[in-house]
Amino acid sequence: MRQDTLRSHRVLREILGGNAVVSVLAIGLALLVGSILVVFTDPEVQAASGYLFARPADTVRAVGDAIGGACSALFQGAVFNGTRAGWANQIKPLTETLTVATPLIAAGLGVSVAFRAGMFNIGGRGQMLIAAAVAGWISWSFPMPHLLHMLVCVLGAMVGGALWGGLAGVLKARTGAHEVIVTIMLNYVAFYLVSFLLRTPGALQAPGSANPKSPAALDTAVMPTLSDLLGVGSFRLHAGFILVVAATILIWWVLNRSGVGFRFRVVGENPNAARVAGIDVKRVYLVAMMMSGGLIGLAGASQVLGTTTTGFGSGIDAGIGFDAITIALLGRSRPWGVFASGLMFGALKTGGYAMQAAQAVPIDLVLVVQSVIVLLIAAPPLVRAVFRLPAPAATTLPHRAPKAVNR
Amino acid sequence: MSGVSDTATKTVGARKAVSRDRKAPIVLDTFAVIALVLGFAVPRTGTSTFGLATRGDLVALPPLAVPTGGTVTALALVLAGLAVAAHVYVLFGAARRVPIWLIAGFAVVFLVAFLTWASAGRTVPVPGLLIGSLALGTPLIFGALGGVIGERAGVVNVAIEGQLLLGAFSAAVVGSVTRQPVLGLVAAMAAGILVALVLAVFAIRYIVDQVIVGVVLNVLVIGLTGFLYAKVLKSDVELFNAPDRFPVLPIPGLSAIPIIGPVVFRQTIIVYLMYIAVFAVWFGLFKTRWGLRVRAVGEYPAAADTVGIDVNRTRFRNVALAGAVAGVGGAYFTLDSVGAFNKEMTNGMGFIALAAVIFGRWHPIRAAFAALLFGFATNLQSMLGIIGSPVPSEFMLMLPYAVTVFAVAGLAGRSRAPAAAGKPYLKS
Repeated sequence: MRQDTLRSHRVLREILGGNAVVSVLAIGLALLVGSILVVFTDPEVQAASGYLFARPADTVRAVGDAIGGACSALFQGAVFNGTRAGWANQIKPLTETLTVATPLIAAGLGVSVAFRAGMFNIGGRGQMLIAAAVAGWISWSFPMPHLLHMLVCVLGAMVGGALWGGLAGVLKARTGAHEVIVTIMLNYVAFYLVSFLLRTPGALQAPGSANPKSPAALDTAVMPTLSDLLGVGSFRLHAGFILVVAATILIWWVLNRSGVGFRFRVVGENPNAARVAGIDVKRVYLVAMMMSGGLIGLAGASQVLGTTTTGFGSGIDAGIGFDAITIALLGRSRPWGVFASGLMFGALKTGGYAMQAAQAVPIDLVLVVQSVIVLLIAAPPLVRAVFRLPAPAATTLPHRAPKAVNR
Repeated sequence: MSGVSDTATKTVGARKAVSRDRKAPIVLDTFAVIALVLGFAVPRTGTSTFGLATRGDLVALPPLAVPTGGTVTALALVLAGLAVAAHVYVLFGAARRVPIWLIAGFAVVFLVAFLTWASAGRTVPVPGLLIGSLALGTPLIFGALGGVIGERAGVVNVAIEGQLLLGAFSAAVVGSVTRQPVLGLVAAMAAGILVALVLAVFAIRYIVDQVIVGVVLNVLVIGLTGFLYAKVLKSDVELFNAPDRFPVLPIPGLSAIPIIGPVVFRQTIIVYLMYIAVFAVWFGLFKTRWGLRVRAVGEYPAAADTVGIDVNRTRFRNVALAGAVAGVGGAYFTLDSVGAFNKEMTNGMGFIALAAVIFGRWHPIRAAFAALLFGFATNLQSMLGIIGSPVPSEFMLMLPYAVTVFAVAGLAGRSRAPAAAGKPYLKS
């Protein structure tokens, strides 16, 4: 494992150490790729390009309409819709963005904690499913007073996620099993396990139902929404957002100010040096994976107690576990960076649905834009080459350990 | 292992070797106990029937009917005997390990016992079960071969899923527009190579972590094919998404053999290609200069560099080759088994192929058998669903993944990746 760990650390350092300019340019390039896709598949552009040389202005206008329509649908769907009546309706898209961003940020924080310790947590899906199952089970089985019930559910979800993530941590620490493979496999194990429980009467299946779906959460466990607080509108934004903000502050403190965070960083930068310095590397692997799983569990709780409170199926993770990886990369594994990129992905997702409805642009476009952003951010030299930016000073060249250390 | 080190004496090495080999008998014990439980604690009565014939057989074998309870009990006792024999081999045998034929025989007997138990009062169509396993296994085998080639060359290929999916997509579109399945197959290979080249450029040229690139590439391909499927393919299904499938080409003579014939020799050209590919990759990797070079850059790139092999160029070419192989696996979906492209139709198969690579310990033939085993588990699950089995289908579906976790953790034998897999080579 020693050899294996060294390689990712240098790369992760580069990812973490890149500058904001590259991020902005990567986002710009990705949006360009998305626009090209929209333009080339737009029926009006295709029609107008048939007589491109006779009336080029038509093609230009069709291209402009396609991009402009997509962009304005994206903005209206994700931030502010001035065409609706009443301020509550006008700002509803913004609250939707925050709602969608809530689990994304929580899971992104989880992945970035693992990144800091030099590990890839690709098991977000499994950890969310287990967390959702635990939170859901507590939410309808054990009546408790308001607020307390919700907090117990959240805690249960975080413990469930932490245990499922910790499984990969234990295996890595004790047997050297690569956490990427283990977490990918555990995703499927969790999926089939939760699917089985959801269709088994007496486990997670709603009583009297034949569908693989859970019962609804009790009212006491449901996170209060913004509408409950203000008494207006139909906002879905729930208290999970506050928990996520608190988690961001806490993780920022843990990673940047506490001894635990320091040990994470040392192990992430160079596990061999950490071992020499007396840090229990195996313990760090386990703790980091458990923290990571716990935060992803928070995302699961926000899904079950915030957005889908009327009972859930085995698709409750909604791909957030994988989105979280791209969010952590885009946020460069820094808590506030993750917060910002989570908001951005939330906006893209929310706006993407509006775009699909209004402009018939499939939501899959968002996946393309997201993955292009991350690919480019992971390869700063490529972005620099595209924009002819000067390469940074030689200090970013990788420092190599003597070969003998590796062998 | 800690318990062993406590009692360590002068013969630490010998003891460790023995303790490692003892894992196999313990695993066999576990399965023998399961069989005994099935036979004695939860017995099922009735008659289990195994259908052995298909249409077109030279000699139509009659169905084999056995009494469920007695057969399961007898087989469970056989399994217990085999498990004891395994312990004897480890304790007193010359090599102090369980011979491979014993493990293979045990697996077959256990499977028969389980099938007999599960199919009480029903009929199991044996050729159908095997044909379905091969159908599910074929794309997995292509994907696993792509994974083996990539990892042997030192590049971890997590993008198998993307290569399968883009291969399936391209094969559907090109095969449909040109009305030539062969061109669709070529397009699938090109698509696999395209994904592989992006992986290679980012992993080798820009030294981005291979796992990150692989994961992100999968998302990119899912997004891209999903977008184009909804926007283009659905707009004119007849033109874009109705490829001609490859016809079934029975091999004269061989295809008339009972059971084996319809399973192995009554297939399409892609499956025959698969047989050739498994052999070719094995032969190439272990018997040719190309294979020696691939393994050298995957195990010890610095040494390979020293003797004049261009490490990064070798990796680049072999990652592309791996992409082409995986792309053919994608074509199997749209030109053979399904016949049209669907959104996210590969549905995690690439990750099972990755599991098969690890379970097969980075060896093409073993990986192919692992892929077949996973295909068999999946198909067995759907068949048991039809004949009404008492085992929840989710646990059968979970099996490949759980087994892989055990394999990676070293609980079911040792598995070691090529030493330099996943590590970029920087010339210093």
